[in-house]
Amino acid sequence: MDNIRALIVDDSSVMRKIVERSLRQAGLGVAQVIEAGNGAEALAAVQKNKVDLILCDINMPVMDGLEFVKQLSGVENAKGVPVVMITTEGSEGHVVQALSAGARGYIRKPFTPDQVKEHVLPVLEGKL
Amino acid sequence: MNPSNSALTSTAGRECWLPTLQLAMQEVFELMLACPLEVPSEPPIEEGLDITSMVGLAGQLCGILTVRCGSKSAARMASRMLGIDADKAGPEMWDALGEICNMVAGNFKNKITGLGDGCMLSVPTVITGADYNLHSMVNDEIRAVLLFEGEPVVLSLEVHN
Repeated sequence: MDNIRALIVDDSSVMRKIVERSLRQAGLGVAQVIEAGNGAEALAAVQKNKVDLILCDINMPVMDGLEFVKQLSGVENAKGVPVVMITTEGSEGHVVQALSAGARGYIRKPFTPDQVKEHVLPVLEGKL
Repeated sequence: MNPSNSALTSTAGRECWLPTLQLAMQEVFELMLACPLEVPSEPPIEEGLDITSMVGLAGQLCGILTVRCGSKSAARMASRMLGIDADKAGPEMWDALGEICNMVAGNFKNKITGLGDGCMLSVPTVITGADYNLHSMVNDEIRAVLLFEGEPVVLSLEVHN
């Protein structure tokens, strides 16, 4: 796996940097990272850029992560791009909601780089 | 509020919440900052705690969770989270403390049976300065003080019945 282009969506710039660092520490071959502060910015980003992976928070202003995942299916440029949710909303109900909306994975905050690898690698390999 | 869940409605049912809250905070610091928090052997002096982060809870549990610390501690937390020098943390220390509060709130509610799906979290708010009063319709407060690199961090969950 190489030259992965990842879109990281979170309203916290600190969290976006932590997720990026975790992806790099996990050795997932991330070559480029694009950041967005909410779902609406993320939709605009995927319309302009080709990405291979999206990591997305749920609780965000303007457009939350679940709504973003629902609307993503209508973006031609993003067809088949896997989304992994990274969020504090870690209940079973939220996991079911996210997976029903189209997410392929789910990581609960707080997390370690190893947990990021454990959840993201199978998604990139097409196993989930 | 769901009347069937006595842990949420009665003070007696909340007896386990203090250690759960402490554990939620300790896990966030261990996983995200690679830094264990210590339980002080005696109550520390709570001076200079000039940064407060708040997350609102609504639904089956209504209230506010706050994390208070000094600005030097907040800069050190941002430093550990981002891998940068503390003196270069700047405004990112506010964002970092907001995220810590958010993760503690989420981690806590996910540890309380029945609360994960029934309680929503607000986005965090951060207040700088120590000279303020917070007025809310509080019926119960669960409070803990832990030490981050020897400095106090005050964690409080104010519950509205």
